[in-house]
Amino acid sequence: MSASTDPTGARGEPRPAGFASHPLDEGEGIPRLARLWASLERLYAVFVKELIQLRRDRLTFATMIMIPVMQLILFGFAINSDPKHLPTAVLDNDNSAYSRLFIASLKKTDYFDIRYSLSGPSQIDPLILSGAVNFAIEIPQNFARDLARGENPAILVVADAADPTAVNGAFIALTGMAAQVFTRELLGPLQNLSAKPAPYEVRLQKRYNPAGETRLNIVPGLVGTILTLTMLIFTALSVTREIERNTMESLLAMPINPVEIMLGKILPYAMVGFFQMALIAGAARFIFDVPVVGNLGTFVVLTMLFIVANLSVGYTFSTIAKNQLQAMQMSFFFFLPSILLSGFMFPFRGMPVWAQNVGSILPLTHYLRIVRGVMLKGAGFSDLAADTGALAAFALAAMIVAVLRFRQTLD
Amino acid sequence: MNGADIVIDVEGLSKSFDGKLVVDNLSMQVRRGRIHGFLGPNGSGKTTTIRMLCGLLTPDKGRGRCLGFDILTQQTEIKRRTGYMTQAFSLYADLTIRENLEFIGRIYGLDDPSARAREAIDQLGLTGRADQLAGELSGGWKQRLALGACIMPRPQLLLLDEPTAGVDPKARRDFWDEIHQLAHEGLTVLVSTHYMDEAERCHEIAYIAYGRLLAQGTTTEIIAQSNLSTYVVSGADLGDLAETLKHTPGVDMVAPFGAKLHVASRDHAALDGVAREFAAPGIAWERDAPNLEDVFIDLMSRARSNYP
Repeated sequence: MSASTDPTGARGEPRPAGFASHPLDEGEGIPRLARLWASLERLYAVFVKELIQLRRDRLTFATMIMIPVMQLILFGFAINSDPKHLPTAVLDNDNSAYSRLFIASLKKTDYFDIRYSLSGPSQIDPLILSGAVNFAIEIPQNFARDLARGENPAILVVADAADPTAVNGAFIALTGMAAQVFTRELLGPLQNLSAKPAPYEVRLQKRYNPAGETRLNIVPGLVGTILTLTMLIFTALSVTREIERNTMESLLAMPINPVEIMLGKILPYAMVGFFQMALIAGAARFIFDVPVVGNLGTFVVLTMLFIVANLSVGYTFSTIAKNQLQAMQMSFFFFLPSILLSGFMFPFRGMPVWAQNVGSILPLTHYLRIVRGVMLKGAGFSDLAADTGALAAFALAAMIVAVLRFRQTLD
Repeated sequence: MNGADIVIDVEGLSKSFDGKLVVDNLSMQVRRGRIHGFLGPNGSGKTTTIRMLCGLLTPDKGRGRCLGFDILTQQTEIKRRTGYMTQAFSLYADLTIRENLEFIGRIYGLDDPSARAREAIDQLGLTGRADQLAGELSGGWKQRLALGACIMPRPQLLLLDEPTAGVDPKARRDFWDEIHQLAHEGLTVLVSTHYMDEAERCHEIAYIAYGRLLAQGTTTEIIAQSNLSTYVVSGADLGDLAETLKHTPGVDMVAPFGAKLHVASRDHAALDGVAREFAAPGIAWERDAPNLEDVFIDLMSRARSNYP
């Protein structure tokens, strides 16, 4: 073995006769464009491979369709933020034609389902406390007389505001009703009373949550939460799957770099995200009657940016996790604060400062402002520049972490 | 020998995992067009060495070149020109044969990946089964396909990590015929194996145990280097004799081969004495040249006592 004493001897490039012209030579003399082309070719190889695997994995394919559909049904239909037929108790201390008319009008709003007719004020608290009713309405003694005298009698409404969104709609209906209920009856000498404001006063007592917030824009927010969940999970599994199926070692032994692998794996899911976006947005518009006030192109471009941001996060998890289970756990660890602190569940401005700070790091927070801005308020790119910038920065940062985390060796 | 003919030339490679030394100061050279066998027990560091050669692991110590490229800094260049067949089946089980080969063709930037994949499929004799999922193939076919995938980009060096584990004898023979054909065409092959008959089919062998290279050379050279003297003992009821011999001074190795016993020692005179002492009616002692397995078993037992 003479070569061991002469290591320099091996430095000359060996060119076996049978393999003289090598298709992979990308030495220094090759122009940059050709190198870029070769890189795109490798990216395309991974892209095609992932698409085929995606198509063959029936379960993943099914979840892709099922998750948006399930969430839409759950959030869109089952969780109604403007519920009607709320159980109500009424204490009529007056028992006049006017008080009975008022109660009949209550029923007509569809918000109140009168379950109890009470005989004394002491019965109100136990009913509210036990949750048997959401509302207790007390009509004062001499309501008809005071009304006729123009003394502006007060109707007391006790509301269980533990769930503010549940009672707000009903309360708005109640105050709206007040202005009109007696218009027809207040004729002749009483006609002067029918002029606005209402001839009586509705006094609301909110119990348990006096600072209840206004209702949420559930459906536009759903676009964001559904995309967060599905996009995260799909890419979170992509690298760990290669490891668990013994294909990682071979892939690493091939002349391909981490950026090519990452983009090749993210792109097919960006396409899936595009279809999910179309599905949810279509349902929002045509099933839930959410208007799209703003520009559809703005919506699509910014949603794609949000999709890529989430795919990058999932991919980053995939490079950190040791197996698919860990990757799933990390995804949920990210998904929960996204739901809770982004402004989807609770109004963003209502959260404590620290929670707002955490929320500001999450892509969903910025996307919710974007999607609500575009769909409901007709906002354009310039109005959403800050949130767009935040999303782009987030996506870029996640990709950099993923590429740095991606281990090119088995060390 | 001409320096440019050296395809693998590494010096002093060491690698440890979690403080455990897996490869210890390993140096080796492999010449172009040669089939180099890599032998050793499980966990001896064969796979780790192969991974260091193709850039999948970074050695803790040592340096070297593979196809003229530095194994520490030019891994991409090495990867472009090397086919690596891993121990476990590493093609995508949920892709068809054709799709797997086209994927590899695209990664290596072949001119017409579809045409090259078709060509490879025809050469493998899988023409009618191109659209079958790779995961559905039998063990022997999987191994052929994996080899076909490795050589499709026309590498200059082939690294095969226990390629014939779990493959039937006929398929193994075909596999080795193919390897020899490839070497004849100029490809260099480094193949790890457990099988002695495969070791004997290699041009050269390297024996590694406990991370150390214990012997290197052709079969004849290794047997000659071993300086082992061997007797073949035949007769009835050799079990008790084998136990006694194991504890007899001057005997280095006792191993049953079918109905016979191989007894070997580096101390020729002592062994001759033992042969005379234990010769009995019905038990015949015959001098014989040691075979490769005798040498390896002896190397391994010596290595174990040196590196507990």
